[in-house]
Amino acid sequence: MGHSVPHTDAEIAAMLDFLGLASLDDLYAHIPDAVRLAGGLDVAPGAAESDVLAEIDALAAANRPAVGGLVSFAGFGAYEHERPAVVPALTMRSEFVTSYTPYQPELSQGVLQALFEYQSMVCALFGLDVANASLYDAASAAVEGLNLAAAATKRRVAWISRAVHPNIREVVRTLTGPRLELREAPLVDGRTEWPDDLGEAAALLVAYPNVLGCLEDVADAARRAHDAGALLVAQADPVAAGLLRSVGSLGADVAVGEGQPFGTPLGFGGPYVGLFATRNAPYVRRWLPGRLVGETVDADNRRAYVLTLSTREQHIRRAEASSNVCTNQTLIAIAAAIHLAWLGPHGLRELALRCARGARYTREQLLRIPGVEPAVDAPTLYEFALRTPGPAAVVLERLAEEGYLGGVDLAPHYPELGDAILLAVTETRTRAEVDDFASTFEKALR
Amino acid sequence: MTRKPQPVLTGPSGGQAWSASVIGRHHEPVVYELSSPGRRSWSFRTTGMPEWDATDLVPADHLADEPPALPEVSERDLVAHVTRLTQRNYSVDLGAYPLGSCTMKYNPKLCDVASSVPGLTGVHPAQPGEQTQGWLRLLVELEDALCRITGMAAATLQPAAGAQGELTGLLLMRAWHDAAGSPRTKVLIPDSAHGTNPASVTLAGYQTVEVPSDRRGLVDLDALRTLVDDDVAGLMLTNPNTLGLFETDIVEIARLVHEAGGLLYYDGANLNAILGEVRPGDMGFDIVHMNLHKTFAVPHGGGGPGAGPVAVAPRLVEFLPGPRPQLDPETNRYTLTTPPRSIGRIHGWHGNALALARAYAYIRANGGDGLQLVAQTAVLNARYLKERVRDVFDLPYDEPCMHEFVASAANVKRATGVKALDLAKRLIEEGFHPPTMYFPLIVDEALMVEPTETESPQTVEAMAQAFERIVTEAEADGGAAARAAPRTTPVSRVDEVQAAKKLRLRWTPDEERSTAARVPSPLH
Ligand SMILES: Cc1ncc(COP(=O)(O)O)c(C=O)c1O
Repeated sequence: MGHSVPHTDAEIAAMLDFLGLASLDDLYAHIPDAVRLAGGLDVAPGAAESDVLAEIDALAAANRPAVGGLVSFAGFGAYEHERPAVVPALTMRSEFVTSYTPYQPELSQGVLQALFEYQSMVCALFGLDVANASLYDAASAAVEGLNLAAAATKRRVAWISRAVHPNIREVVRTLTGPRLELREAPLVDGRTEWPDDLGEAAALLVAYPNVLGCLEDVADAARRAHDAGALLVAQADPVAAGLLRSVGSLGADVAVGEGQPFGTPLGFGGPYVGLFATRNAPYVRRWLPGRLVGETVDADNRRAYVLTLSTREQHIRRAEASSNVCTNQTLIAIAAAIHLAWLGPHGLRELALRCARGARYTREQLLRIPGVEPAVDAPTLYEFALRTPGPAAVVLERLAEEGYLGGVDLAPHYPELGDAILLAVTETRTRAEVDDFASTFEKALR
Repeated sequence: MTRKPQPVLTGPSGGQAWSASVIGRHHEPVVYELSSPGRRSWSFRTTGMPEWDATDLVPADHLADEPPALPEVSERDLVAHVTRLTQRNYSVDLGAYPLGSCTMKYNPKLCDVASSVPGLTGVHPAQPGEQTQGWLRLLVELEDALCRITGMAAATLQPAAGAQGELTGLLLMRAWHDAAGSPRTKVLIPDSAHGTNPASVTLAGYQTVEVPSDRRGLVDLDALRTLVDDDVAGLMLTNPNTLGLFETDIVEIARLVHEAGGLLYYDGANLNAILGEVRPGDMGFDIVHMNLHKTFAVPHGGGGPGAGPVAVAPRLVEFLPGPRPQLDPETNRYTLTTPPRSIGRIHGWHGNALALARAYAYIRANGGDGLQLVAQTAVLNARYLKERVRDVFDLPYDEPCMHEFVASAANVKRATGVKALDLAKRLIEEGFHPPTMYFPLIVDEALMVEPTETESPQTVEAMAQAFERIVTEAEADGGAAARAAPRTTPVSRVDEVQAAKKLRLRWTPDEERSTAARVPSPLH
């Protein structure tokens, strides 16, 4: 016990003596007995560092990790990518890890500048002007995007494409439920079919590529949104941004996304980082969610950085704030910025290209198997859905027995697609792995 | 200024306090300014895949002409740049960080190792339960420990931070009233509350009604009596509150709210003070969020990620977000299940899982007894520091403090014109991170000080002496030194007004950048 406390018994006694108290217990003497806990916590006693790590190792051994265990073709919003050595080396620096939100700019130029660079790169990815210093994850970024649109348009109807990730749609439902009216735009052959009459819409939410990997017509969605007086919120895949036209250039007003592919391990789903960018529109000063780093000068007119426009935020605007976010995902944002700088424009393009090549090759191999068909026809980039003869869950189970995470079963989320598996292929898969996978897949169908 | 004699904490051989200020006083270019076209760091593994062109793979109307404008740097330059950035940043690992309400305790390195084990980091969040038994068990055991610590029945680990926990808790409150067939419109919040509380109330579709604090700095019971009615969904409270004071009337407060049919919400940002001493559940709270990045030593990462689990009383369990990791007693396997009347998902996956693994390791290392000692010494340090600065600052709410206290520099401002902000900047030069300033809002020139349990008595004493020194100095020099501070940091006082007026929120290559942006390189 007591790993965390430096005080010796003699020091505790000296301090208590100074305070005129007899025991540590006396520190709580003013608290009514009725609520005091007698006998301490019913939590196992403390353990030595090595014992705790042995326990953690045992827990880890009870997993079959997608990376370092199985050969994985799973995507569905969380992706296995190479993680350059510089990313963990730099993001584990304790000046980043153990500092608080940079409220004291003179002591926090490192974090502030790293976030300023992150904001600059997120703007570049999405072709937009203003990016915040991160949100929790793609789902929370989508929620904030819709809230921003509702505040900016003073409307409350949001149309959400059915091809937005089902978990994101559910988070949006949970978190905006009391305030927004959500409507779902259906899919036709893997792409969103927006209704002709959008009504008094505040926003349209589309994913590019969408959850089935398909390339949506973002420009068309933007036109429809703008004709209806709504904003287009596009959930854009930042890896695909290496090849695809930016959602900003296609007309999106707000881009949201998941920054996990840049330097963050799968980690059972978190912590990841919600990317958020928008146009330099009048609503930014009042309604942009999250923290924002701006460039300024110090008293000696040297370049410096500081959190800015904080009058938007909860600590100033309180009940009138459009967002409650305070703690964000800074460290993960810094990891993403380091990874993006390591990639540069051509590395990012190469990364996206390699994902797309691997996916094309994998798809071709699997489609040779009798009974395997495309689940939808729309063009895809590096994630795609295939229909299997017989329940996907059974196929995936057999593949797991052979050491593969063969993708994600779509049946619970898109029953209308029948028996279907969603597969993603990133730069990490080799041709040999794919060839073996394809023959195992064929056997798994028998 | 009169001074109490200080106890002898520094022996002849050791026990010295030390805390260093940041280095890194050179100008640091933006990474884009290091960029040179064609320079690169990247490489990818050899895969043997066919080398189709982009035009073979992407329909023409989707293909970008150019990739995004990212910087082009060598790995060596990137590493040097980022390393220099770290040298321009203060952190807990450098020294004391008595930032009130934020619980900037030392984060044991054990937790770094625990959260980077490949068997945890390599798990995909959509893998089927049979492949993730270790993770599910870790989460179930963490939930169990958090429930024992707070005295609650069950918890969701999904919320990514305190504010998201608040919104989750308020949506649970809403679901409860809706299910009972009596939707309500108002949530009560003390005027000393953190800003996230009222902001979350609005997002949950409720109206905030402020409850004034009384002269003691506690909830004004008479005011509360007049505000509680059958339109009140609940009361949000931190206990100890943001003044660092324990709400000693908590039993009566709970009775008033519950009798009116409301629920009691506990903002657990200040849980560090009461571990093993008092449990929110025993005080009558129905919903509790915890900031694992405060009490349970998840490092703040420059502003995140944290984790904000929400624990609830038995009557609210059926509304918790799903899917929830649970142990199936029949099969002895861990599963993910969604409660029957769940409010729905809060997070894209299972929460900030690797942060949760850190908290798990912290709780296991300290154990129940260790956690109680954590709370006791956190309070001891704060109580000691408060007594030591009694003659330096005003103490407008002079009740026994818990893990933090709020002093007012109004006396210094009256005497010398020096504001809390100036004192904070001057403290930086003394080697300490400043306390939280100007919060809670009900204290004039507030300095909210939370030394935490991981600072030695010598460090706490050194902080007291630093406060004394800078106030004495301000009295002597009329505040000249404080107003000029800080001068030991990579930049001097930062102009926040200009930042908001002339917005520069990303790097651009334009020529119109301020002259300040074109500081000559130290190499020329
Ligand atoms: C009292 C109090 N409540 C709530 C919060 C919000 O927590 P978070 O920053 O994790 O969202 C904080 C922390 O900043 C706090 O100090």
